[in-house]
Amino acid sequence: MGIETLTLDRSAIQGEEMVLNIGPQHPSTHGVLRLQVVTDGEIVTKITPYIGYLHRCFEKHCENVTYEQVIPFVDRCDYIASMNNNFGYAVAMEELMGIEVSEKVHYIRVIVAELNRIASHLLAIGTFGLDVGAFTPFLYCFRDRERILDLFELLCGARLLYNYIWVGGVSHDFPIGFVEKVYEFLDYFEPKIQEYNDLLTFNKIFIERTADVGVLPADVAISYGVSGPNLRGSGVKWDLRKNEPYSIYNKFDFDIPIGTGAMGTVGGCWDRYYVRIRELEESVKITRQALDQIPREGDVHAALPKKIRPPKGHVYSRTETPRGDLGFYIISDGKPKPFRLKLRSPAFTALSCINEIARGWMIADVIAILGSLDIVLGEIDR
Amino acid sequence: MDLIDFIIICIKVVLVFAATMLAVMGMIYAERRISAFIQNRLGPNRVGPKGLFQPLADGLKFLMKEDIIPTAVNKPLYLLAPAMLLIPALMTFAVIPFGSSLTLFGRQISLQVANINIGVLYILALTSVGVYGIVLAGWSSNSKYPLLGGLRSSAQLISYELSMGLAIVAIVLMTGSLRLNDIVSSQQGHLFSWYVFKQPLAFLIFLIAVYAETNRLPFDLAEAEQELVGGYHTEYSSMKFAMFFMAEYANMITAAAFTVTLFFGGWDIPFVDEAAMGNWGALLSGIAFILKTAFFLFLYIWVRWTFPRFRYDQLMNLGWKVMLPLALLNIFITGGILTIIS
Amino acid sequence: MTLSLLFYIISTLTIGSALLVVLNRNAVYSAVLLVFTFFNLSILYLLLEAYFLAVLEIIIYAGAIMVLFLFVIMLFNVGKEQVLPKIMSFQRAVSLFLLVIFFTGVSLFTIQGVQDLHQPAGSASIGNVTAIGEALFSKYLFPFEIASILLLVALIGTVYLAKRKI
Repeated sequence: MGIETLTLDRSAIQGEEMVLNIGPQHPSTHGVLRLQVVTDGEIVTKITPYIGYLHRCFEKHCENVTYEQVIPFVDRCDYIASMNNNFGYAVAMEELMGIEVSEKVHYIRVIVAELNRIASHLLAIGTFGLDVGAFTPFLYCFRDRERILDLFELLCGARLLYNYIWVGGVSHDFPIGFVEKVYEFLDYFEPKIQEYNDLLTFNKIFIERTADVGVLPADVAISYGVSGPNLRGSGVKWDLRKNEPYSIYNKFDFDIPIGTGAMGTVGGCWDRYYVRIRELEESVKITRQALDQIPREGDVHAALPKKIRPPKGHVYSRTETPRGDLGFYIISDGKPKPFRLKLRSPAFTALSCINEIARGWMIADVIAILGSLDIVLGEIDR
Repeated sequence: MDLIDFIIICIKVVLVFAATMLAVMGMIYAERRISAFIQNRLGPNRVGPKGLFQPLADGLKFLMKEDIIPTAVNKPLYLLAPAMLLIPALMTFAVIPFGSSLTLFGRQISLQVANINIGVLYILALTSVGVYGIVLAGWSSNSKYPLLGGLRSSAQLISYELSMGLAIVAIVLMTGSLRLNDIVSSQQGHLFSWYVFKQPLAFLIFLIAVYAETNRLPFDLAEAEQELVGGYHTEYSSMKFAMFFMAEYANMITAAAFTVTLFFGGWDIPFVDEAAMGNWGALLSGIAFILKTAFFLFLYIWVRWTFPRFRYDQLMNLGWKVMLPLALLNIFITGGILTIIS
Repeated sequence: MTLSLLFYIISTLTIGSALLVVLNRNAVYSAVLLVFTFFNLSILYLLLEAYFLAVLEIIIYAGAIMVLFLFVIMLFNVGKEQVLPKIMSFQRAVSLFLLVIFFTGVSLFTIQGVQDLHQPAGSASIGNVTAIGEALFSKYLFPFEIASILLLVALIGTVYLAKRKI
C-alpha cells in the first residue's frame, strides 16, 4: 500500500454517451437537415450530418430540359439567393457559347445580384441571431429584406424565385423609376447596418456566445474547400469578384472584408458573422457605383436563336454567391439539352466541415456554428 | 378567529387567486403586444377591441386541442408534472402584502393573505419546490430533449437560488425580520429609504437571479427553442402545455411583486403617509404596488426581446463564480456596516 | 379539536407515504413520495407552531437534497425495476427482532399516559428564527462550525472524484 493506491484512473470514469438527433424536424437546422450528434453530457463528441431530405434530382432534371428551362431549377437550388444562382448559370452558359452581352445587361445583373446578396446576408444574420436566442434582430432583418423583395417583385413579379437573369440577357429591362427606388432603398438601408451592430453584433452576450466558438482555421477551411464569407471569416482574402473578376466586377471599387479576430480567435463564429455584416456595406457600395454608371439605353437581350444549341464542349465557371464559390460544370453534346450539368455547392462544402469545427463544443454551440455557416439545404441536397 | 375573519380570509384568497390568473392573461397579451411593438409588428389585434380577448382565444384553443399522451411516457408523473409546477407558482403570492390596511365596518383588514413571520423563507421554499415540476416533466417524457431541458433547468434553479437567497439575506440583516410586512414598513418614508438605494448590489444580484429562476431570457436554457426544441415541455400538448406557460407567467408575476416588496418599498408611495389617509390610502397603495409590479413585468418582456441567450456553462460560471462571491461580499459589507452603526 | 383532527390525518398520510417510499419498487416514485412525506412533515411542524423548521424542512430536504437525489436516480436510468437480491434469513431475523423492540417501546410510551399525541411545544422558541440563530451561534457554535467543515470536505472530495481532469 502506498501513494499509488490513491491515484485514480481517470480514463476509467466514462460518462455514458448519448446519440441525439437534431432534425430533420428541428427549429434551427435551417431546412430539413439531420445532424446525428453523439454527446457526452452536453459536450458533443461527434457530428454526422445526414442530407438528402430535400433532394429533387436537380442535376438529372437538367439533363432532360432545354438550356433555357434549367434556369428555374437553378432558382430552386439556393432559394435565398436566386439571382446570384441565375447569374452564375448565365455566366457559365455565355462562356460555353462565347456570347458577349451588352453593357447594360452587365450592370443590371450586378445590381440585382448585389441586392440579392444583401437580402441573403440579412437572412443569414437574422437567423444566426435567432440561433443564439436573439429574436428581435431577425425581424429587423426581415423588415429590410422585405424592401428588397418588393423591389424584385416590381422588377420581375416574383419575390423568391425570380427566373430573371437569362442566358444572353435578362428577362425584362428595369421598369420606369426602378433605379430611383433602388437609390431610395440604399439611402434607407445604410444607416440600418449600424442598428444591427448596436442590437446584436456588439452585444456582450452575443460576443460571449460566438467569438472563439467553432474556430475554423484557414488551412482547414482551404482543405475542405470552404468558400465565401466562411472562408473570409477565417482570414483568407479570397473573393471571386476580385480574384477572378467575372462580368464587370473589375470596374467597381470595393473591399473584401475578412475576419480579423477582433473579438477572439480568427475564424470564430463571430468573425464569420461580422464578415457578412461588412459585406452588406460593400454590396451597398457596389450597387451605388453600378447605379451611377448604368447606361440608360441598350438592349437587354442578346441575339439568340429560339433554341439554344451550344457547340460541343464543356465549361467550368464559377461565381461568387452570398454563400461562396458556386461552380457550374456543363458538358454539351451539341443538342438543346445539357449532356451533363454539375453544380458545385458552396453550402455543401461549408456543411462538410461541421464535424471538424463543432466537435468538443456544447449542443448550443453546434446550433450556433451551424447558423454561422449559413447553409441552404436546397443547394446542399439539390 | 371568528367566522367573519374566516370569511374575510377566504375572500382574500379568492381575490388574490383571481387577480393572479387575470394578471397571467394580461401578461400573455402584454407579452405579445409589446414584443410586436419592439419588433416592428402589429401583434394580435383581431380578437376583441385591440385584440384584448386574445388570451381567452388562446386558452380556448388550448382546451380544444387534442391532448396527446405519448405511449413511452411514465404516465403518472407525466400527468402530475404540470400541476406540480403550477401549484407552487400560484401559492407564492399568499405572503406578499399588496397594500396597506383597509378599514371596513370597524374591522381592520390588511391587504395580504397571510402575514407569517417567515414570509421570505416561504417564498424561497416554494420556488425551490417548483423545480420538481420541470425535472419530472423532463424525465417522465422519456425523450432526450426534455431530459436535457429538465436537467439544465434544475441545475440552473439550484445555482441561482443560492445567489438569490444570499442577496435577500442582506435585506433581512437590515430589517431584522423575515416578515414581508416588516420589510415593507422599514422602507416607509422618503424615497431613499427604499432598499434599492441602500442595497444596489443586492438588487442587481437579485434581479439577475430572478430572471434565471423564472426561466426567462437570457436564461431560458430549459426551454431553449433553438437548441432543445421546447425543452422540458416538448412532449406536452393541449392544456397541460398551457399549464407550463401559466406557471411561468405566474412565477414572473410573483417574482416581480417580490422584487417590488424587497427593494422598492412594496406598496409604499414615497413622501405619503398611507395610513393617515385611511381607505383611500389603502387604495392608492394598492395601485402603487400594481404599477411598480407592472414596470418589472414590462422589464421582463423588454429584456426577453432584446438579448440573446447564454450558453449553459456561461450561465453556471456567472452564477457560481460571479454572483455568489458578490452576494457573499455584500453580506459581509452589510454586516460590517450594521455592526459599526450599532 | 380541528387541529387534532388535522394532526391525525397528516400523520396518517406521513406514515402511509413513508411506507410507500420503502415498499415501492420504482426508485423515481419513491423519491417523489419521499418529497410528499417531507411536505407532510413540514405541516406537522406547522401544527407545532414551528414555522421556521417547517419551511427549512421544505427548503433543505424537499428543495435541495431530494432534487439531487432525483437527479441521480434519473441519470442512472433506473426505469426498469431491478430485482432485489434474496434477503438472508439472518438479516430477516435481526430486523424482526429490532421491529419488535421498537414497537414495544412505542406502545409502552403510549400506555404510560401520553393521551393526546398532538401537543404544541409550549414555548414558541423552538420554531423561532431568533432563538435558533442564537443557539447556533453561541451555545452550539463549535459543532456548527465542525459540521460545516465536514460538509466542505465532502464537497471538495466529491468534486475531486468526479472531475476527469483537474
